[in-house]
Amino acid sequence: MLTFTLRRLLTAIPTLLLISLVIFLLVDFAPGSPMSDIPLTVPPEVRQKMMAALGADQPVMVRYLLWLKQFFIVEPQYALDAAFGTNFADGAQRIISWQSKVPVFQLIGERLPQTLTVVGTAYLIGILVALPIGIYSAYRQYSWFDQAGTFFAMAGFSVPTFFTGNVLILIFAIKLGWFPTIYDTNLSVMDWDSFVKMIKQMALPVTVLALFNAAEISRYTRSSVLENLNQDYVRTARAKGMTERTVLLKHVMRNSLIPVVTVIALGMPTVFGGAIVTEQIFKINGIGAALIGAIHVSDLPTVQTITFIFAVLIVVFNLIADILYGILDPRIRYD
Amino acid sequence: MTDAPRLEKPRSQWRDVWVQFRQHRGAMAALFLFLLLAAFVVVGPMIWRIDPNFIDPDPVKMIRLRNRPPSWDHPLGTDQLGRDILARMMFGGRISLAVGTVAMLVAIFIGTTIGVLAGYFRRADGLLMRLTDMFLALPLLPLLLVMMMLFAEATAAVVGPRLGTFLLIVLAIGVTSWMHAARIVRGEVLALKEREFVLAARSIGTPARRIILRHILPNVLSPVLVAATLGIAAAIITESVLSFLGLGFPPDFPTWGRLLYDGIDVIRTYPERVIWPGLAISLTVLSVNYIGDGLRDALDPRIRGR
Repeated sequence: MLTFTLRRLLTAIPTLLLISLVIFLLVDFAPGSPMSDIPLTVPPEVRQKMMAALGADQPVMVRYLLWLKQFFIVEPQYALDAAFGTNFADGAQRIISWQSKVPVFQLIGERLPQTLTVVGTAYLIGILVALPIGIYSAYRQYSWFDQAGTFFAMAGFSVPTFFTGNVLILIFAIKLGWFPTIYDTNLSVMDWDSFVKMIKQMALPVTVLALFNAAEISRYTRSSVLENLNQDYVRTARAKGMTERTVLLKHVMRNSLIPVVTVIALGMPTVFGGAIVTEQIFKINGIGAALIGAIHVSDLPTVQTITFIFAVLIVVFNLIADILYGILDPRIRYD
Repeated sequence: MTDAPRLEKPRSQWRDVWVQFRQHRGAMAALFLFLLLAAFVVVGPMIWRIDPNFIDPDPVKMIRLRNRPPSWDHPLGTDQLGRDILARMMFGGRISLAVGTVAMLVAIFIGTTIGVLAGYFRRADGLLMRLTDMFLALPLLPLLLVMMMLFAEATAAVVGPRLGTFLLIVLAIGVTSWMHAARIVRGEVLALKEREFVLAARSIGTPARRIILRHILPNVLSPVLVAATLGIAAAIITESVLSFLGLGFPPDFPTWGRLLYDGIDVIRTYPERVIWPGLAISLTVLSVNYIGDGLRDALDPRIRGR
């Protein structure tokens, strides 16, 4: 298991490097960069200085390596310094946002909690809703419950989140006035009243994201349980005289949840991607909103860094899924 | 062959598929709905002959025509510039469906090419599959947004804003969504390559190009067809997400996603401007997904004829 884990870890490194290069070059070579937006009336020597101030006069490879060093060495050093009061970083140059002139990671640190609260809660609720639906749909295949579940899942990933979100706003926020339409980032939970307020403002975005996640996970659960229900060990368990409850919840569920667990891990990064849209609908000031804001003003370092963080999330969760699969299902280990 | 009269008539494979497809009630309903929607956007503008971008040049008339409720002249009302919403819905649907279809074709073309090459030529397999894995690990939505932002002006300068955005969106979606098709095709080709008919073709000296075109490609058609159907749905959603985030088509070139985006500003006063495009996108995607589901069942020989 250890060699398997190590090997997977080692293959993840070149993947990440390649992805970072792709993201960096794509953003850097694009014609629409802010370098080209400097007005022609600016004299050439001033233009030179502006480029130098942004660090944009260096060759591409130098800038790429510098960015990599900042991302993987300097920023973790700053994180350590902030956590333990040490001085590893020693004032090294950080990745600076062109828009706000603050370090990009500080920006992300400010935005991440909002995203994590909404996305995390939504994913958790989505899983909790999806598992029972998926299991029961498979157990009663072709029943009306299964048909309804299938329709619900189909609708869940066919109806785009920006439409469900706006319909929910229309019904529950505008017509009924139960929930606010805009997410208040400054709200901190101190007492019961603010807690209720928090729940209220989270209700709509979480519902939208949870519906979307539940649709996908319930489908996977259903097909996985269906596959296991026809296995010999299920017949054996029934033949031994075990109750349906034990057969289903103990024997079948343990085996059929193995692929579902990996699907849940693999789905995490996609959820962050989906949060970009949800944050836009409900005006949540999270990491997705930061990305959109940076894109609209061509703030390249922020765009590169946030996009690359999404890539890191994908690679890391792929790794977690693989290792989890190896732990849960010994047949999968390749060593 | 002694009992000749009792032989059944030979049936073609596609007839079997159609018979099986008809069993899937959801898919049949979806097909009907999809044809209805397609007729709405394709035939509709020929009957409903109002220019979706027509703004009355007379300012007094224009102001009178703004934000009108539904009437016989404008069954869905008019928008904030006095443009007919029904005509805009039809026109927008055309673009949305065109983007979905063309982007799917791009994705399927890239995916099938890479899948066949990786499956058939052992030497290319490692490299191409590594490439596929890398694309799967890319954060696609952020990258799409970045591409739209950075390349929009450049393509618009070359081929004009409308065609430029169309080509950019179609290519961007195609280039970021071929990976599943490639994986499916590669798996199928790997299995097909070992079959006797390929061996027979190779043993009489058929060149690799013709083996692929004549013997392998027709046999990977069914999984590709399913992937293509589901790909249309995904492409329509992606396009509308880009438009929704304000990085898609320009406002005088509406798609359903763009119409919805424009409608959000006035959601309190005119909620139907969000509902109509949203409903159109949802119904289209839902029906295409159901058709894909039915096709998958119909094309699977293990299920067929049950």
